[in-house]
Amino acid sequence: MSKSKTKAKTKTKRKSRKKKFERVDGRKADELRPVKIETGVIPNADGSAYIEMGRNKIIAGVYGPREMHPKRLSKPHRGVLRVRYHMAPFSVDPRRSPAPSRRDTEIGMVMTDALEPALFLERYPRSVIDVYVEIIQADGGTRCASVNAAAVALVDAGIPMKDLVASCAAGKMEDHIVLDLGDYEDKKGQADVPVAYMPKLEEVTLLQMDGILTTDETVEAVELAIEGCKQVYEVQREALKKKYGMDEEDTAEDAEESEESGEEPAESEEEDK
Amino acid sequence: MSNNIVSRLKRKKIEEVLEAGTRMDGRDLNDFREIEVRTNFLEKSEGSAEVRMGKTHIVVGVKAGLGTPFDDTPDEGVLMCNAEYTPVAHQTWEPGPPPHGAIELARVVDRGLRSAEILNMEDLGLVSGEKVYIVFVDLYVLNWDGNLIDACGLGALAALKGAEIPVFKVSKKNEVSETDKTQKLELRCEPIPITIYKIGKHFILDATADEEEVADGRLTVTLDENNNVTTLQKAGPVGFTVDEIKKCINIASEKAAEIRSQAVASE
Repeated sequence: MSKSKTKAKTKTKRKSRKKKFERVDGRKADELRPVKIETGVIPNADGSAYIEMGRNKIIAGVYGPREMHPKRLSKPHRGVLRVRYHMAPFSVDPRRSPAPSRRDTEIGMVMTDALEPALFLERYPRSVIDVYVEIIQADGGTRCASVNAAAVALVDAGIPMKDLVASCAAGKMEDHIVLDLGDYEDKKGQADVPVAYMPKLEEVTLLQMDGILTTDETVEAVELAIEGCKQVYEVQREALKKKYGMDEEDTAEDAEESEESGEEPAESEEEDK
Repeated sequence: MSNNIVSRLKRKKIEEVLEAGTRMDGRDLNDFREIEVRTNFLEKSEGSAEVRMGKTHIVVGVKAGLGTPFDDTPDEGVLMCNAEYTPVAHQTWEPGPPPHGAIELARVVDRGLRSAEILNMEDLGLVSGEKVYIVFVDLYVLNWDGNLIDACGLGALAALKGAEIPVFKVSKKNEVSETDKTQKLELRCEPIPITIYKIGKHFILDATADEEEVADGRLTVTLDENNNVTTLQKAGPVGFTVDEIKKCINIASEKAAEIRSQAVASE
């Protein structure tokens, strides 16, 4: 487990369930899989990050803002965020075709919508920010892990952001609402609710669900997933601090710099807490 | 979601009207346009439905036939949704590979049906690992004026409800042969997607193309007749607070029954 993983101090109000319930990997209902994030893993990219979330192994690289190709996709008044989610043929069992699937396209879309609210795209007319995500090994919850890596890679690329975006799923397994479904739980579970969350702005930017849940359970799962996102957020911050050696004073300096440009990045708001 | 000068003016006007508690076409925020449904009007498909929701016009065709099962579910039939944005449907739509919107539309409708377990997939298996029923649900957009997910979800349900699929015989040697009989598809539930569009601080249902174009984002909630949620899908470059999500789920669960009752041919 990573050193940067912080202790789970989730204060979920849920009562302990009637029967003793055990998860396949022995985790508690509100316990994340181990999360490890490393930044700057692809020297050629403007920003990059590698994440392990359980047995998920995912790499994300950011290129841009740069000129948009093809040009007809560019917008005269703002930049475009373009996320490509792609699974390696050997990332799952059995092997999958390397050609992009409909699933990949949809995940690319929801990831774009998950990350865009954190950016200032109006600053980059006619440009594109390309985020490339490669799934090296999949273990359930790849879209959440991908969002986590992509958000850190965007920061690593020096792109100003309103907030980090952290992501985690919750779901239902054997009638229990549980956090961060692994591969087995994803396949055998009754529902899966991936969520991405901006912890400072307190907004959900990715929300999907499939399975069967009552409306109350749906809300409970979303709230549990948000608690998971907050824990992931701490790991993301640690990973960034580790690379940029930021202590609290550095962050304050950074805030001053960015004030000149009229915007306050998320990191600077940290001090207010 | 667009930001050019025309849509900024449009947005301003639409928001102004919403502020006054109504819509450009005079509807209330949670009103749908008039819905017209026609079913089983195509002879060559196993089931069909045509839905008009205001000027939005879609056709759903259900085709069922023989196929091979997926490796991980050798005893289960296959249910598959596909969506087509035809170039006749809007001046900006062109022939070519499906745009992202069409892929999302197909997948959200598909998930709504499948995660609700609308069909008993095991009943659709014939010979383990070799032959199963494949049920295709093709969503065909003929005129686009917004709210395609709800229109197509309603159409898919109506088409499946009326569908009669051919009966296949399985011999002792596991040979599959055709018969001239047909049977009704047995539906286990009736999922209906309701999409809530967010424009500023307002939430509206059944957005027109104009409203959809200026909306910040949307959240689709699919509910079955027991008010269970079977699909969520958030889209658009905007965040939702937890309270907004709760509000959307409430709006959808209040509306779903009314829309579900339309999944039969109108008068």
